[in-house]
Amino acid sequence: MTAAVLHVTPDSVPANERVFESECLVKSNIPVNNDYRLLILDAPAEILNCTPGQFFHIQCPVRGGHQPYLRRPMSIYGYFPEKGELQFLYKIAGEGTAALAELKTGESLNVVGPLGQGFHIAQDWQNLLLLARGVGLATLAPLALEAQRLGKKLTAICSARSPELLMSIDYFRDLGAEIITVTDSEGTSDLAHLQGVIEGLIAGPGIDAFYTCGSNRLLKLLQEMGAKHNIPGEIALEQQMACGLGMCQCCVRSFRAESGIVHKRVCKEGPVFDLQEAMGW
Amino acid sequence: MVDLSVQIGDLSLKNPIMPASGTFSEDLATVFDLNMLGALVTKTITRGLRQGNPTPRVCEVSGSMLNSIGIPSKGVGHFITNMVPFYQAYNSPLVVSISGNTADEFARLCEEISVPGVAAIEVNISCPNIEEDGKAFAMRPASTLDVMRKLRAATDLPLWAKLTPNTGETSDVARAAEEGGADALVVSNTMLSMSIDVQSRKPRLGNLMGGLSGPSLKPISLRMAYQCAKAVDIPVIGCGGISTIDDVLEYLIAGASAVQVGTATFIHPTVMVQIIGELEAYLAQHNMASVRELIGSVRDEEAADTVVFMEAAP
Ligand SMILES: Cc1cc2nc3c(=O)[nH]c(=O)nc-3n(C[C@H](O)[C@H](O)[C@H](O)COP(=O)(O)OP(=O)(O)OC[C@H]3O[C@@H](n4cnc5c(N)ncnc54)[C@H](O)[C@@H]3O)c2cc1C
Ligand SMILES: Cc1cc2nc3c(=O)[nH]c(=O)nc-3n(C[C@H](O)[C@H](O)[C@H](O)COP(=O)(O)O)c2cc1C
Ligand code: FES
Repeated sequence: MTAAVLHVTPDSVPANERVFESECLVKSNIPVNNDYRLLILDAPAEILNCTPGQFFHIQCPVRGGHQPYLRRPMSIYGYFPEKGELQFLYKIAGEGTAALAELKTGESLNVVGPLGQGFHIAQDWQNLLLLARGVGLATLAPLALEAQRLGKKLTAICSARSPELLMSIDYFRDLGAEIITVTDSEGTSDLAHLQGVIEGLIAGPGIDAFYTCGSNRLLKLLQEMGAKHNIPGEIALEQQMACGLGMCQCCVRSFRAESGIVHKRVCKEGPVFDLQEAMGW
Repeated sequence: MVDLSVQIGDLSLKNPIMPASGTFSEDLATVFDLNMLGALVTKTITRGLRQGNPTPRVCEVSGSMLNSIGIPSKGVGHFITNMVPFYQAYNSPLVVSISGNTADEFARLCEEISVPGVAAIEVNISCPNIEEDGKAFAMRPASTLDVMRKLRAATDLPLWAKLTPNTGETSDVARAAEEGGADALVVSNTMLSMSIDVQSRKPRLGNLMGGLSGPSLKPISLRMAYQCAKAVDIPVIGCGGISTIDDVLEYLIAGASAVQVGTATFIHPTVMVQIIGELEAYLAQHNMASVRELIGSVRDEEAADTVVFMEAAP
């Protein structure tokens, strides 16, 4: 079996909006540390027309007593059309991801995507700040690649429980990003310390935009700092999904809009949203 | 060439495969050409704006799912201005699903939505009727008859009545819908269910209870489709747990003239396209000229007479 798209998308759909259901082959699926695993797939070129921040909806296998039914959303960690490669960085959270961890090289995995709206980088933004904790790095990693491609300066603040769990540092460094690490065990990841670090960056080289994901704490911090210094930003959010395509409306979250509080679908209007629109949870 | 077309009252469908309400939207057009489908059935709308239920709105239950999406709706005006024109670009007939809190409100929406571009109206009478303690219209024959008469008077378009499995009177409700003027029955909606996380002891759905859909629902809705096909002369459209060609064949053999595919599209967005191809291949392989040869071909023989006594437990 080879990696293949299972159907033909209509020509009337613009190339960057096409969604594919495809069978991919597992190239490798190995732990990167105690908590996280890296899944590398051999993927058909059509499905690799992606934007950083988009995701795929993955059909985890039925395996070893695990019977996931719905698909599981996973951010694109890396996409390389030249190599025909699609990568995911994931943490075992429950039944579906536990089954995913059992996939072996050469096996096939059905994925749907690319899905959702990714991050935006405005032309006149030069200094980008990325603030990520835990598996949030998976979502933000392709942004670093894009920043390098566009010749932007990127600073990545990577936060984790302990230094061993810090991931993707080399990946970011190879892309020319400046790395600042903070960890709980070293007592450097608290909000006051982070705020100081970010204030320093704003006063120094300056920051044109913030990018973050996942954490309520980091959201609030960046919202405050963004409002104070008039710096725009984006956040990637999570919500439980069924269809992943915008059809079922199960993945809604509340957002601030001019008209009041509105519901938006994380799979369709997101997963990347304006930082100030997002609401804590 | 095999003939996949079927007839639902006055409406001809190019094939018997269509999406189920709430599991389909214009978004699926980014995946495949919607003209491949027999009909396009939209998510239920209400007259006014509605937010829907609290999250979590879905959970898994052993190879199936529960949902408590509710009916978030942008209202009838938004639908007519934005959605009807969108679907006019497709030649598959547009079937609009509607519901209302009372029979009169329901009928008003039915009238308002009877606009050019809409080929049929699916009336979701499985939704709660607030004048009857929130019991769904289609739980009882009398409330079914009452609402169907009002809906019938409100439109000249074909009316498809969507029934609920949350009733003990399937055949009587089916006959009441037919008597009230339905042109077809859609059998069926989701079954009221519940799931609790034993660790946290919290119900898994924000709304506490929700509707079961997916493979676990199939034996129940198949049984209902069979009962309804026996009970009425109008076409029955099977719905519930369909994910393979064999599931489709089962419904057609049981007496359904067409089927709706719901939750399976969440698992495989291209499943309907695949099933249409497989249905064509099946008919060719079995030397059948038309899919209509399958409809109601169940070999129940004498046992069929007892079906009326099977309403409660066997
Ligand atoms: C857009 C998006 C991108 C994501 N990217 C990544 C990633 O790159 N790496 C990674 O490790 N995780 C990511 N997640 C979270 C990942 O989807 C969940 O960890 C996973 O669904 C858990 O499934 P499970 O069966 O192992 O856990 P269970 O707890 O058994 O799952 C039960 C149900 O809840 C859902 N669920 C549980 N946790 C989450 C969650 N955090 N978000 C959404 N649904 C959830 C599952 O999909 C499933 O339907 C992402 C989530 C979203 C929405
Ligand atoms: C997420 C979700 C939303 C649904 N919304 C509606 C709806 O708005 N109106 C309706 O008549 N049925 C609705 N249904 C029921 C489906 O149309 C269908 O009757 C049911 O899911 C059984 O079919 P399935 O097992 O193929 O999914 C919904 C089902 C799901 C899973
Ligand atoms: S998961 Fe279905 S609408 Fe987002």
